[in-house]
This record gives sequence, C-alpha cells and structure tokens, in this order.
Amino acid sequence: MTLQNDTPFTIAGRNFSSRLLVGTGKYKDFDETGAAIAESGAEIVTFAVRRTNLGQEAGPNLLDVISPSRYTLLPNTAGCYTAKDAVRTCRLARELLDGHNLVKLEVLGDETTLYPNVVETLKAAETLLADGFDVMVYTSDDPIVARALEAMGCCAIMPLGSLIGSGHGIQNPHNVRLIVEQSSVPVLVDAGIGTASDAAMAMELGCDGVLLNTAIAHAREPLRMARAMKSAVEAGRDAFLAGRMPRRQTADPSSPFAGRING
Amino acid sequence: MHIQLNGEPYTLEAGLTAADLIDQLALTGRRVAVEINEEIVPRSQLATTPLAEDDQVEVVHAIGGG
Repeated sequence: MTLQNDTPFTIAGRNFSSRLLVGTGKYKDFDETGAAIAESGAEIVTFAVRRTNLGQEAGPNLLDVISPSRYTLLPNTAGCYTAKDAVRTCRLARELLDGHNLVKLEVLGDETTLYPNVVETLKAAETLLADGFDVMVYTSDDPIVARALEAMGCCAIMPLGSLIGSGHGIQNPHNVRLIVEQSSVPVLVDAGIGTASDAAMAMELGCDGVLLNTAIAHAREPLRMARAMKSAVEAGRDAFLAGRMPRRQTADPSSPFAGRING
Repeated sequence: MHIQLNGEPYTLEAGLTAADLIDQLALTGRRVAVEINEEIVPRSQLATTPLAEDDQVEVVHAIGGG
C-alpha cells in the first residue's frame, strides 16, 4: 500500500510544495529572520514596503536575506487604510521587484483592530486586477465578501483567524469552513495564528494554506516554532485529506471482544 | 529647488534628475523604488526624469512585515 501524493498547491499558476507562508516582521535581526524562514520551509514570503531612512548609513537590505531567487516574494500593503494607498504601495512593490506582480492586498480599518476595511479592499482589488496584478487578499471571515473577491478575480482569499498579531487562533472556524467550501481559488488563514495547533486547525478545516508571522517571530525560540509550524501545516493537511473518524457518543473498543480470557 | 522627499522638505540644486537625487542619497545600486507625484518612475527612466519645484518624491524599499 502506498500513499498518493497531495495535489500541488497552486497560486496564480505557480506550484508550491509548502503550504505555509510566512512574514518577515518582528524578528530580532536579519540573521534570525533568515534562519527562521529557512526552518519553516516556506516558499512564499511576505514583506512590507516603507520609505527609506534618509540620512542614515544604508545597512543590509531585507531582500539580501530573503532572496528573490530563492523565495517567491509577496509584497504586502500592511499599514494602508485606503484603497489609494494600497494601490500605490503595490505599484511601488512591482517596481521594486522588477515587474513581479503577485501581491498581498490588505486595507485596514483602524489601528486598534487592524480589521480589514472591506469597502476599501474591494475598491483596491478592482484597480489592481485591472492593472494586471495577481491579488491574494486579506479579508474578514465573511463568506459573502469572500465570494465577491473571488468573483472579481482575486487569486487567493485570506480570511483572518483572529486579529493580526493577537495569537487568538481561529475564532470562527464555521465561517472559515463555509469560505473553504464555496471557493474555487485557494483559501488561506491569514492572521491570528498563535501556535502550532491553530495552524493545524486551519488545515484540518480544509484551508489550502496558512500565512503567519508573529507566532514564529515572538515565540521564545523562533527557529523551533518555525519547525513546529511546518510540521503542523503538514499534519493538518494530511489529517484533512485522510478524513477524520466520525465522533461517537459512547466508547468503541479498539481491541476485539472475541477471545477474551474472561469470556 | 525645494521638493518633498519622503514627506519631508528637501533642498537640492535645480536641473537634477531623479537618478541624481538617488545618487545624492547614496542609494545608487540599492533596491529602491521611486514615485514622483504619485506616479512610478521605472528604474530605467530615473536618469531621464527631471525633478521640478514642489515635486512629491517617495523613495521606498523592502522591510520586514507580515
């Protein structure tokens, strides 16, 4: 008996073997960033676009650590609160990466929650798609909004598990499941993952992948948590494919009744 | 000549191009992207893009983020 291989994980026509996507924020230094990301096995890595610090000695560049030749880079629009800013940021990112057009769109509502502003997100997605971008979109766990974003042409739907950086895991697994079941494009839980079991849960719900940052960067040992997340995503994916046993109200012995010495 | 550079006032000689500005900032050869008045200036056009009074210039790079 042999196990069949999983189908490839495809984003915007590109195949990946890892279903774990990671961010590059909040690490102690670039050494830790590079080592943790290597340990996670992630192939898609997200980063932010910011003004250069003028008048300071230019230090090492993130893209020297996260090389575009080794990783598929996913510039994000973190920090944008309007569609206009998000679109500008994506165009700057495309220039920064010599025409690379895969982006993670996130348009935020306020600084307390960093909750997606779906009205601005929909506007930005429309402009970016018309401009030739492949848009992976961070959104609320609202199935109706998710369906609208997919219908527009977004290449991945990324509902939050809980608030960005909160580590509260997946607060509404039922909505995530609804989004998974209705979607024809990959669905990834993005935001809220706190530990390995949260990542496994996302995959067991049938998500195609998980995107996380703080859970690794703010673990006591980021490299070990990176490895834990890699295992969790693989385990959760296998558990989903294998199909869980039915739940029962009562016990069901695993050893046969027949042949007991007290029978 | 006065421009706004990354949101701050910045003074430079008249007649310079975007490439000259990047050079002054010691960013030549670094992986940066440039926007002038909310329009991208492709790397290949920096040397032929003149700067004008009151231009709003943004010079950005990649940093850690999630």
